[in-house]
Amino acid sequence: MPDTLLSIQGLSAGTEDKPILHNIDLAISAGETHVLMGPNGAGKSTLGHVIMGDPSYQVSSGTITFDGTDITDFAADKRSLAGIFLSYQAPVEVPGVPLYSFLRTICQMRPELKTTARKFRQRVSEICEHLEMDDSFLTRELNVGFSGGEKKKIEMLQLLLLQPKLAILDETDSGLDVDALSIVSHGIEAYRQECNGALLIITHNTRILERLDVDRTHVMVRGNLVGEGDASLIDEIDSTGFGRFEQALAEKGGVSE
Amino acid sequence: MSETPDKKRSEVADVDRSLYDFVMPEEGYERYADGLTPDIVRAISAKKDEPEWMLEMRLKALDAFHEMRMADNWGPDVSALDMDHISTYVSPKTKQARNWDEVPEDIKTTFERLGIPEAERESLAGVGAQYDSEIVYHNMREEVAEQGVIYSTIEDALHDPKWEPIVHQYFGTLIPMRDHKFAALHYAVWSGGSFVYVPEGVSLSYPLQSYFRLNASGAGQFEHTLIVVEPGADLHFIEGCSAPKYYEANLHAGAVELFVKDHARLRYSTIENWSKNMFNLNTKRATVGADAKMEWVSGSFGSHVSYLYPTTILAGARSRCEFTGITFAGATQDLDTGCKVVLNAPDTTASVDTKSISKDGGVNTFRSSVVVGRKADRARATVSCSSLMLDDISRSDTIPAMDVRNATASVGHEATIGRISDDTVLYLMSRGCSEAEARTMVVNGFANPVSKELPLEYAVEMNNLIKLEMEGAIG
Repeated sequence: MPDTLLSIQGLSAGTEDKPILHNIDLAISAGETHVLMGPNGAGKSTLGHVIMGDPSYQVSSGTITFDGTDITDFAADKRSLAGIFLSYQAPVEVPGVPLYSFLRTICQMRPELKTTARKFRQRVSEICEHLEMDDSFLTRELNVGFSGGEKKKIEMLQLLLLQPKLAILDETDSGLDVDALSIVSHGIEAYRQECNGALLIITHNTRILERLDVDRTHVMVRGNLVGEGDASLIDEIDSTGFGRFEQALAEKGGVSE
Repeated sequence: MSETPDKKRSEVADVDRSLYDFVMPEEGYERYADGLTPDIVRAISAKKDEPEWMLEMRLKALDAFHEMRMADNWGPDVSALDMDHISTYVSPKTKQARNWDEVPEDIKTTFERLGIPEAERESLAGVGAQYDSEIVYHNMREEVAEQGVIYSTIEDALHDPKWEPIVHQYFGTLIPMRDHKFAALHYAVWSGGSFVYVPEGVSLSYPLQSYFRLNASGAGQFEHTLIVVEPGADLHFIEGCSAPKYYEANLHAGAVELFVKDHARLRYSTIENWSKNMFNLNTKRATVGADAKMEWVSGSFGSHVSYLYPTTILAGARSRCEFTGITFAGATQDLDTGCKVVLNAPDTTASVDTKSISKDGGVNTFRSSVVVGRKADRARATVSCSSLMLDDISRSDTIPAMDVRNATASVGHEATIGRISDDTVLYLMSRGCSEAEARTMVVNGFANPVSKELPLEYAVEMNNLIKLEMEGAIG
C-alpha cells in the first residue's frame, strides 16, 4: 500500500517483567478510521502508548514505521512532531502552566503551525466555540481541577490545533455524558474533514462509533490481534461480545501471557 | 526519561550565565586592604564624611564583631569564609550620577546588560544602582519627588540636615548590631544602599528599584536599606542583585530595615542571583503598625551559601504579613532560607507560602519561625512549604518552628515534597515538548505562584533563570 501512514510489523512489547503485546501487525492509511476493540486489560491502551513512544514499555521485537520513517526508537516528542497524537484516557494535570500559553507553545514549536498571536487567538476561539468550551478555561492551569469531560474537551482542542496525521484516541468516550459525547464526536468529525486525519480509536463500547464512518475494526484479546473486519464487526461485538475471539485465541494455542 | 540519578548530569558544573557572568576591569578603583581593623573602619567613615555618631556606631560594631563567636550550630558551613581575605570596601572611581550618561562606560554597560535603564524608562518611579561598595546612580521621577518622597543613598541623607535626624532615629534600631556576628560586621563596614521615605498618605503608582552589583573579586558588599513608610502610605520596592563568578569567596552581608506605619502598605520584592562563590548572609526585618500590611516576594537563585530569613514584626492590631518565596538550589549550593513572623498584637494575620527546587546535589533548607505573643488574641498564621526535587542526589529539608503563647490564636503548617513525575513528562512530550522543555515547563509551573507576584520583567527574568538552570541539568 503506497499510502500507508502507520505500519506496525511483528511488534512485541511490554514492561520489564511482563510481556503485554504479542506479534502485532497493523497498517493504517492516511485518512482512514480504525477502531481497536477488546475486553478490559487486553492491552489496547498499551498499544496506543507504545505507538506514542511511552518509555515505560520496551519493544522486544518488531518495527513501527510512520510516514515512511522507522520510528521504533524515537522518543515521544519526535513522534509528536512527526504527526502522531495520543489523546489520553486520563490527561495529566500540570499545575501552574496556563492552558492558553501551553497551547501557544506546542503550536509555535511546529514550523507548519507558526502564526501570529492574533490569528492563533482567533483559531483557539473558533475551536472552543465548536467544542462548547468556555473561554475562561484558557486562563486556567493545564487540566488542573477540570472534570473528566472537560479534560477530554481539552484533549480535543489540542488535537484540532495540532492537526496531526494520526490521532490515537484512548478511551476518549469513557466517562462522558451524552452531550459531551456528542460534542467530542463533532470534534473528531471536524478533525477528519479539516485535516484528512487518520484515526485509531481505542474503546470497549460502541456508542461513540455510531456517529463515525469506520474503515477497519481490530479486536485485541490478551495482547494479540485476533480479529479484523469492516464496520459490521462492531455490530457483531455489540450483540455477542468478545467470546468468539477469546475462544479462537485459546484454540490457536494462544501466546502465553 | 527515568529519574534515576545520572552522574553526567551532576557533572555539568555551571550553566551559561553569560548574562550575569561578565567582569569589568577594576583598574583605578579605590580598594581598601583586606581584613578588618579600626583603621579601615575609620577610613570608610572619613571617606563618607559621616556624623560622629555613625563612626562611633561603626567602631562599637567592630568590637562586637571581634567579640562575638561564629554560630557553630546553625545552617550551612561558612568556615570557608575567611574575613582576613575579604576586602570590605571597593569603590569605583566615579561620583554618583543622576543621568546614565554621566556613569562611566564600563559600569553603564554592566547595568545596560542587566536591563536597568530600560526598566527605569518603562516601569519604575526611581532607580538606585550600586556597584561594589558605592551607589553610582540614583534618580527618581520628578512627580514622585514633588509628593515629598525621598529616595537617596543613606550617605546623602546623612549630609542633609533635614534627613540626618530621621536616619539617626531609625538606623540600626530594628536590627541591633549584636543580633548576630554578621550584623555586627555589617554595621562596622556598611556602605551604600538606599534610604526611602514615603510621607503620610502618599501612594506611589510605580515601584522604586535598587540594583546591587558586586563586580570585584574577593570583596564584600554591605549595603544598608532603610525604608520608612508613613501612615496610610503605599510603596513597592524592588531589590535585585547579581555578581559574576570568581574562584575567591565573596561576601554579602546587607541589612534591610523597614518601618511600615499604621494603615500603610509596603511590598518588598527581591530577585537575588549572586554568583555561586557568594556567601549571602543577609538580614532583613520589618515592623508593621496597626491595620498596615507587609508583603514580601523573594526569589533566591544564586550564592554558594545563603542565610536569609526576612523577619516581620506585626506590632499593631490587625496588621498583616504575606510572604511568598522561592529558592532554587543547584550544584554547589547550600541555601538556608525561610522567614520569621512575630505576631504581637490582636487580630494579626500572617500567611507564608514558599517553594523550593533542588537539583544536581543542591541543598535547600526551609526554616520558618512563627511566634505568637501573649497579646495576640485571635491571631492567625498559616505556613505552607512545598519542595520539588529534580534528582536523587539533591536534598530538601523543612524546619518549621512555632511558639504560640496565646490560646485564642491559630497556627497551621503544611509541607509537601515531590518530584516531577514520568507521566507528566511523557504527557508533555506527547505534545511535542522535548524532555528538557517538559521538565522546564513543570518547574516553571511549580514556581508560577511566586513569579506571578513579581513585576513582569522580573517574572520573565525568573523564568529565564529557571530555563538556564534546567538547560544545565539536561545536557
